[in-house]
Amino acid sequence: MNALEIDDVTVRYRRELAVDGVSLAVPQGRTVGLVGESGSGKSSIANAVVGLVRPASGDIRVGGASVVGRGAAVTQARRRTQLIFQDPFSALDPLMPVGASIAEATRATGRRWSREAKAARVRELLGQVHIDPARADELPAAFSGGQRQRITIARALAGEPSVLIADEVTSALDVSVQGAVLNLLRELQRDLGLSILFISHNLAVVRYISDEICVMRHGRIVEAGETEALLRDPADGYTRELLRAVPVLGRRMEFEDA
Amino acid sequence: MAASKRSRLRTPTAVVALVGAVALAAVALLGPAVWGSTADTTTVADRMLGPSAAHPFGTDELGRDLFARVMVAARLSLVLTLGATAITMAGGVVLGLVASVLPRVARRLVTGFMDILLAFPWLLLVLFFSAIWGASAVGAMLAIGFAGVPSIARLVYTMSSSLSGRDFVRAARVAGVGPLGVLGRHVLPNIRGPLLVNTAATASVTLLSFAGLSFLGLGVQAPDYDWGRLLREGIARIYLNPMAAIGPGLAIVLAGLVFTLASEALASRRGHGLRTIGRLAKAAAGIPSGDVEPSAPERARPVAEVRGLRVAFPDGDGGLVERVRGVDLTVAPGETVGIVGESGSGKSLTAMALAGLLAPPAVVTAAARTFDGIDLSRPLSRADAARVGAGLGMIFQDPLTSLNPALTIGRQLTEVPEVHLGMSRAQARERATEALRVVSIPEPERRLRRYPHEFSGGMRQRAMIGMALTASPRLLIADEPTTALDVTVQRQVMAVLRRAQRDSGAAIVFISHDIALVSAFCDRVVVMKDGLVVEELDAGRIRQDAQHPYTRALVACLPDMSSDRSRPLPVIAGDGSTA
Repeated sequence: MNALEIDDVTVRYRRELAVDGVSLAVPQGRTVGLVGESGSGKSSIANAVVGLVRPASGDIRVGGASVVGRGAAVTQARRRTQLIFQDPFSALDPLMPVGASIAEATRATGRRWSREAKAARVRELLGQVHIDPARADELPAAFSGGQRQRITIARALAGEPSVLIADEVTSALDVSVQGAVLNLLRELQRDLGLSILFISHNLAVVRYISDEICVMRHGRIVEAGETEALLRDPADGYTRELLRAVPVLGRRMEFEDA
Repeated sequence: MAASKRSRLRTPTAVVALVGAVALAAVALLGPAVWGSTADTTTVADRMLGPSAAHPFGTDELGRDLFARVMVAARLSLVLTLGATAITMAGGVVLGLVASVLPRVARRLVTGFMDILLAFPWLLLVLFFSAIWGASAVGAMLAIGFAGVPSIARLVYTMSSSLSGRDFVRAARVAGVGPLGVLGRHVLPNIRGPLLVNTAATASVTLLSFAGLSFLGLGVQAPDYDWGRLLREGIARIYLNPMAAIGPGLAIVLAGLVFTLASEALASRRGHGLRTIGRLAKAAAGIPSGDVEPSAPERARPVAEVRGLRVAFPDGDGGLVERVRGVDLTVAPGETVGIVGESGSGKSLTAMALAGLLAPPAVVTAAARTFDGIDLSRPLSRADAARVGAGLGMIFQDPLTSLNPALTIGRQLTEVPEVHLGMSRAQARERATEALRVVSIPEPERRLRRYPHEFSGGMRQRAMIGMALTASPRLLIADEPTTALDVTVQRQVMAVLRRAQRDSGAAIVFISHDIALVSAFCDRVVVMKDGLVVEELDAGRIRQDAQHPYTRALVACLPDMSSDRSRPLPVIAGDGSTA
């Protein structure tokens, strides 16, 4: 059973073709990595899934229900997805206490929450991402970058999604903090049975967290497969180029063909 | 939050503004009750008197006391001012916010209309509106109020549009918050500060406009009077009784000053006053300059060297925060040194200080700081400054901000050869073409005529490297030069950098947060944390030789192509943010 199905989706901005007939599926409880360079169309796919951009053609289904277009059923289905952003500094309203930001996101569940239930839920979510629940009334400025990224993850979880879209969530973070955020995502996936579409340009990070990998270039998927198999034996020339460009600790970079 | 608000209210400007506002309010409230009867008492015997103890501003042609009339007029003047300001702000905020959430076509229409209105001189709009609403106090209030709407609407529209692209607004939309909810919960609170400042500034302009309109006879009509009317009546007799005009003029100036000061106080931030600068200078003098011996002269002369380097910045409360706390770094000719560390480790500051590029407010001290044998800790002679300028190439993370967008690439690449090396224009152009060829930019002659925005990210970074090469540098400082680039482009840029080094023989200081990249490119790696060097290692043997726990943790927590995917990543301990 696929939690998220992207079916021959095309996204156009005015004349420019950002996504060109992409199909991919995130199976229930798995992490699919989407790797590619800037401008390859990765983020357009994320925006299309959560409804911030409308595909020119194709269909996107969450739990079997289409999330393209309008209507109550679409809104209902769309609420099953949540997005985590790249920059933890712009992802939180600087004037809103972090607890209030998380509470606001509970709307996405489509249920009515009493004040007490909401407060309890905020405390529970903060605990889940290892932030002291007593700090719910503090403003984002009181938290470090890594903590803020964990708070945005808590906010995404507040919508009780079945699919999480993580769009370059570690690229703005220091490596020490990056590890903690990656560990947290894995832990949440295991505990909550989430399905994750993990988007990044960092092949090593995508490899670490993903069960399957899709490589994207110029709006198309050039190669896809199980992580180990794909990286061991890349078929596409671009995938090989990408692999060669990843710097390896202690190994001198060779530039003969660059 | 509360503390910063309180201290903002305690600045001298804020205190004066507050006292002034209270005084204005008191006069406006009590004025008519206290001076009302005096102001309206006509005494034919006392007509047109000059200033005296009984009548500080003299009397008018009906013998009414002008001082009393100025005080009484305060209420009407201020009420009209605040009314018009309220109209301007309310209209501007509503129009600007609504415009920002309209669908595209409607938004274009509304903003286009705003722009057309903005193109008209403001005074013309006021006169136009007062022709509609007639020459009366209320008419003037409406005219001035509405004439100010377009500029505030434009401001609000611009601020809210820039906010609506931010991720937290997108997040709210994904969570199902409607457009009005987004405006009320996220946009309005975030533009509140600038709006408050603009309200106070608008009020001061509005006050002057009323005085102007009434002075022209378009505002308040007899028998009512405001400061503008009093001014108009007084100006006719300015040679007989100057105070009749100066009195109301003073009132206008003082009230305008109060509004301006209020806007100033709202806009001001802490830590920028004269007192802070004084404290800063004192603190700088007291910084320990380190007690490390300068390096022995018999060693091969390094390209650049710092010993006991400390860099501090003002913390906004009059104190200093030390961001580099005693660093020794030596770069030999032709060597590639990597500095690796996380944000805030002081790696960029160390490199900037090495190049002598840090300017106040940074406070730089060192036991020794030399570049190519030139002592950087003293003021440089003209010749030395030129040698440092020509011997040093800088490559920054974002070439779009370090290249001047208004000048062609050619203009920027010929600057160093012309200014620092004294070449002719043709020679400089030849040098620039050569530099672009070295960094593998095809058709260099044609590209020299292009502007930075016409280059792709990787090409801009290569042009930046080319620019650094035009100076025949002894040292290239590359500060996160590939962080904004894709890995495949990163590899190309690194290749260009390597080739440039081979051709010029320059030493490179390569700064990055990516220990794998640094180790793959450099000879020697310096690991920094919290403004200190924790370890220096041979780039090829980091994994084997790293002793310091921080270096080992940096290596361990970085996922690479061979990390064990079934185990959690190690997390750096001792960092308060990780559980």
